[in-house]
Amino acid sequence: MSAPLLAVENLSISFPGEAGPVRVVDRVSLSIARGETLALVGESGSGKSMTALAMMRLVPKPGRIQPGAHIAFEGRDLLSLSVPDMRAVRGAGIGMIFQEPMTSLNPVTTVGDQVLEAIELHAKLSRAQARSHVIELFGLVGIPDAKHRFGAYPHQLSGGLKQRVMIAMAMAMRPRLLIADEPTTALDATIRAQILELLRDLSAKTETAVLLITHDFGVVNEVADRVAVMYAGEIVEEGSRGELLGHPRHPYTQGLLRSIPKAEARGHRLEEIKGSVPRPGHWPTGCRFHPRCPHAFAPCPGTEPQRTTVSATQAACCHLLDRSVEP
Amino acid sequence: MAAYFLRRIGYGVITLLGVLLLLFVLFFAVTDPDDIARKAVGERARPEVYAQWKTNHGYDKPLIINTGATGAGRFTDTLLAEHYRRMLTFDFGRSDADDSPISRRLREGALPSLGITVPLFVMGLVVSVAVALFVAFFRETYIDRVVLVLCMLTMSVAGLLYIIAGQYLVGQLLRWFPISGFDPNPAVVARFLALPVLVGVLSGFGADTRFYRTIFLEEIGRDYVRTARAKGCGDARVMVRHVLRNALIPILTNVVVQIPFLFTGALLLESFFGIPGLGALTVEAIQGNDFSTLRTMVYLGALLFIAGQILTDISYALADPRVRLG
Ligand SMILES: Nc1ncnc2c1ncn2[C@@H]1O[C@H](COP(=O)(O)OP(=O)(O)OP(=O)(O)O)[C@@H](O)[C@H]1O
Ligand SMILES: [Mg+2]
Repeated sequence: MSAPLLAVENLSISFPGEAGPVRVVDRVSLSIARGETLALVGESGSGKSMTALAMMRLVPKPGRIQPGAHIAFEGRDLLSLSVPDMRAVRGAGIGMIFQEPMTSLNPVTTVGDQVLEAIELHAKLSRAQARSHVIELFGLVGIPDAKHRFGAYPHQLSGGLKQRVMIAMAMAMRPRLLIADEPTTALDATIRAQILELLRDLSAKTETAVLLITHDFGVVNEVADRVAVMYAGEIVEEGSRGELLGHPRHPYTQGLLRSIPKAEARGHRLEEIKGSVPRPGHWPTGCRFHPRCPHAFAPCPGTEPQRTTVSATQAACCHLLDRSVEP
Repeated sequence: MAAYFLRRIGYGVITLLGVLLLLFVLFFAVTDPDDIARKAVGERARPEVYAQWKTNHGYDKPLIINTGATGAGRFTDTLLAEHYRRMLTFDFGRSDADDSPISRRLREGALPSLGITVPLFVMGLVVSVAVALFVAFFRETYIDRVVLVLCMLTMSVAGLLYIIAGQYLVGQLLRWFPISGFDPNPAVVARFLALPVLVGVLSGFGADTRFYRTIFLEEIGRDYVRTARAKGCGDARVMVRHVLRNALIPILTNVVVQIPFLFTGALLLESFFGIPGLGALTVEAIQGNDFSTLRTMVYLGALLFIAGQILTDISYALADPRVRLG
């Protein structure tokens, strides 16, 4: 097996709290192969965005990546790169798009110039060359009338078009990895489907790996090759799309899947997971999910479950799977 | 866009006419012209001198309706009409105190005033914006905190204290610059203006820097800044190309409105440093019961204020595409 494109190991992120640092991401490890799409799912506040931002070394102040973490991208440890070297990775090696197309673009600069900047920062092109590259990119991401739209300001474009501009910007330098943090959450249903299709086509065409953060198992089902489920700062289960959607092993994953509205179940009440995600700093001992878990038993409150492999590609952290723990 | 500005200017004109009416009430109805005249010529002056003075200074007409005139003259040959005509045509007449033409005094005072206010404005702006950008860059570090404490310190000292301390320290102990006075000779004029400008910059520094810092911090937290970093922008580029460019909009609205007031001079600085500018002229007029000069200065102040508002709207529209392009 060749080395993965991106390998995150033992990533913990903390913010200063009143009583010392508070972890929001806790010993996360995950990897993405070249050209693969990994979906990262979990309820709000589970630490998905922070994990993604850490890969760009963009964790907002005063958050800190704890020592002991490694993030290898194309064989280089991003966490030990110099600042200029890291800048060269951002936008060129790894592109990123965000949830809010409304606010993620600079309101006083034309969208063409904003994509142009992404090129200028990494490539020595004449302005005219860069400009025609931008217009080409606009065509590629399905912005109609690209030449004319170059000089448009963000407020003159619809949400869907703005997200296309963001995608053009992130893909401008043909990154090997695209991080998309809930790229469709802020869009309405029809636009959402179009953007998703665009992302899938682009990543297939350019063989770009994608880390797709989402709440939505419909999105997972459509685009993911593999899925990782996050809860309270930890990855609690991962596996191929088929395994995870067909045979989820962690009660949390099972609960998430049960709470999806299904066409045939219309009219029935959705089965929600009871309770809410514990806040960072207030994580329960043992298994962090145990207060909400319908299958919780003796070892759950006291012992942290170990990662148990279920198949070559699927693994979960749950005492139900751990044969060394006596029920 | 053009229609918008025409309407904006129209409102400005209406406001100005209202201000003139208010001035009329204040300077002709509340203050009795007879009192002004009697104070100017003295209680025991002969009636002819008294009447002559009133004629010379345009106080010799009825207030609103001239019962002695016929036709349109009943309304045009009055103090009210005269007041509007003079102010709108910038024919300000003579000082009530010393009979000198007010327009000459204005011309003489404009240069010394601009000599203080323009450098003060430019230096204050550049220093505060630069320092604010710097501390916003080092936000949440000790550099930021030290500068913030300095700002608070400079803000909690009264402006008058800076004047006195500046005169004592720089003028008397170090003897770098004269304590006060003015000489329009270009070779030495800077020596007289340096200290008041310095004092002015210092006394405005704290509040301005804190204000601009808040604006910058607000911009730094926005999503588009994260986008800029994600595409590979360095810190300096993020600050200048993205943060500063966006912060310019709120900064402009704060700054442009001040520009017209550069012409009215600095009241406190001019009178304490003996600079014969328009600020000093105003203070003098207040002390010397010089109502015609005072009325002129208040009118010019209002005119400049209205001009500032219109300028602000225009610059706002030019700087922000969301406004410009609707
Ligand atoms: N600046 C900050 N200071 C302190 N805590 C923070 C800060 N930013 C985020 N957090 C905390 O980190 C945790 C993880 O946040 P993150 O944004 O990664 O969640 P998420 O899984 O992306 O959720 P969502 O689905 O809502 O985007 C949250 O509980 C949040 O409260
Ligand atoms: Mg998030």
